[in-house]
Amino acid sequence: MEQLEWLPAHPDFRGALRAARDEHDPAARLRACVSLANYNRDFVVTDKLDRLLQTALAELGAATKLTAARVALLSSHTVDHLTPALRVAGVSRRLAVSTHVAPYGMYRQSLLGDDPALAAFQPQFILLALDGQDVAFDVPLEAAESEVDHAIRVRVDELRRLWRCARERYGAQVIQQTLVPVTPSLFGSFEALVPATPFAMTERFNAAIRSAAGEDRVLLLDLAWHPIRGSSALGDPVRWHQAKQLVSPLLAPLYGDLLARVVAGALGLSRKCLVLDLDNTLWGGVVGDDGIEGLQLGQGSPTGEAFLAFQRYVSLLAKRGIVLAVCSKNHLEVAEGAFTNHPEMALRRTDIAAFVANWSDKAQNLRNIAHLLDLGTDSFVFVDDNPAEREIIRRELPEVAVPELPEEPAYYAARLSAAGYFETSSFTADDAARSRNYVANAERRSMAEQATDLDGYLRSLDMTLVTTGVGPVELPRATQLLNKSNQFNLTTRRYTQVEMSELVTAPSSIGLCLRLVDRFSDNGLISVIIARQDPAWAGDELLIDTWLMSCRVLGRQVEAAALQVLAERARKRGVRALIGEFRPTPKNSLVVQHYEKLGFTPAAAPAGASAGATFWRFDVASQSVPTHFIQLSEQA
Amino acid sequence: MTEPEIYASLTEVFRDVFDDDAITLNADTTAADVEGWDSQAHVSLIVAAEMCFGVRFRTAELERLKNVGEFVSVIAKQLRT
Repeated sequence: MEQLEWLPAHPDFRGALRAARDEHDPAARLRACVSLANYNRDFVVTDKLDRLLQTALAELGAATKLTAARVALLSSHTVDHLTPALRVAGVSRRLAVSTHVAPYGMYRQSLLGDDPALAAFQPQFILLALDGQDVAFDVPLEAAESEVDHAIRVRVDELRRLWRCARERYGAQVIQQTLVPVTPSLFGSFEALVPATPFAMTERFNAAIRSAAGEDRVLLLDLAWHPIRGSSALGDPVRWHQAKQLVSPLLAPLYGDLLARVVAGALGLSRKCLVLDLDNTLWGGVVGDDGIEGLQLGQGSPTGEAFLAFQRYVSLLAKRGIVLAVCSKNHLEVAEGAFTNHPEMALRRTDIAAFVANWSDKAQNLRNIAHLLDLGTDSFVFVDDNPAEREIIRRELPEVAVPELPEEPAYYAARLSAAGYFETSSFTADDAARSRNYVANAERRSMAEQATDLDGYLRSLDMTLVTTGVGPVELPRATQLLNKSNQFNLTTRRYTQVEMSELVTAPSSIGLCLRLVDRFSDNGLISVIIARQDPAWAGDELLIDTWLMSCRVLGRQVEAAALQVLAERARKRGVRALIGEFRPTPKNSLVVQHYEKLGFTPAAAPAGASAGATFWRFDVASQSVPTHFIQLSEQA
Repeated sequence: MTEPEIYASLTEVFRDVFDDDAITLNADTTAADVEGWDSQAHVSLIVAAEMCFGVRFRTAELERLKNVGEFVSVIAKQLRT
């Protein structure tokens, strides 16, 4: 099957690999490897690329911009041959993945008993990959539905125990692979009407896994759902009988990417913003030449319907929280005119948070869009039908994801979906409202430009800061925000949901989730603060382990209001002082003076503090917080 | 495809899979002669050869692939039919 079809073909992959191998500087070698990982590749060159990649990563140690991810694979079949593709896909999704494979078939022992090798690896993620042979149900073919359901419940309960062990013993986020049906049909189309056929049981088992995973905060590698299930290289009986491989080496690049994107999504590295070209991307034809009435869009022509279907898909992405932007070579009035005046447009001008149409080069325009939206270009996906524009962006802004687009617009949506840029580990009401918030932000910005005095502007926003703890409801979104915030993030500590939950439920900890509501919109969760006791500080002092905030509420005095909430809670607990910590990264210089501005006084760094970190003290009894115009509201 | 041509292409496959441009093959070459030729690399070799020659080895043939000579004769046989 065609795989990684969104990645462009390299004219001379092996030649580029050889050139990269001769590169002495490991940082340059890593750059070359990351670039090659973003080209279409079969399993042979993927394996070669992995070997080279590992030399660069080994020499560089922690000195890369990639996010480290330790992934343990526990399986009932052979998976060793899949790890190179996982590591290569990792760097294409900004991860430095290291892998550990537990001996095949030993997953129960690893989780229920002691597995010193696994413990030493300290997995952040544990993939549990089972297969139909392993999960054989001992149920007669004529069994009644209730008997089948009982057998499935027994297996799912066992799985949940294993998940709990993975969490409690290793502190790892579990990723459960769904079962791929491999037994050929016994009854043909009647198959699913017999509850105990292998096929029907696999389907029911997968449905039960999905619902249990939702309850237990386990992530899925849903092979049974993904188009990959149709590949003959998955569940190939020759490879199974030869080497107990469920996934043929042929399919390793795609499998590796599917797993890497789940890990990247959990660590907040998925893309956030979809930047779209207009002519021949969102509609057929060139609006500047053909006029609005000459565009192919909507019912009546197959091409017009294909473009409309793509617009509808994009509009659904916006509804799940993907921010939309337009970057087009056009006159602005002409381009916007098509949005307001074409009756068949599924996308509205108000769906687009940043609308840039001019004749400048698109790389510069993408930088401008990033600035307008307060997002990094590394959160962008750029969709353009023009191969030349795609090449320019890949060269000028290699951090932007630029999928190859098929010639046929009817396949645009499927291609964008296949590329898996927007994988996530949670979906909340805040996500659904995000695109609308970005549009509201643009309005707020224009109001700020009109207001002559800042205090007046801030008062006019009617802001309320709503505080909750980090409970089960808030946990997914709080973890998501924690893992993707880079700029306004004092310590850039990353936690999985499991780690986060442990941290905030400690009796001495204070965990705060803050939402900001103003007259334009509910901005959703915009800040997470965690304070905890730390052995380096006194018993009546709380270290602010984590303080992060979404940049879209910068300049609104939220920091001061948040400190007021935190200080009041601390005071009630008998805490004497809050200790602020700032740990510098290449991205968080924005907050270097955060604690100073809030009135904290410098404190000496304790032994064992991370390099360059600064520490600050705030006496909660005697000090007051800076002025702000935000009302406070506490919710249980 | 002649036998020398098969040898030449198969050599490229081996060099690719083992990432070693110094590999040379003859009929008697076995896993013991090539560094890294373990059971896992063996599967990769077979799949890479299938990709290169556009053939599919049958399970009965897989059991015979103990040296390079067998590899070549199985490929030659498949290419003839």
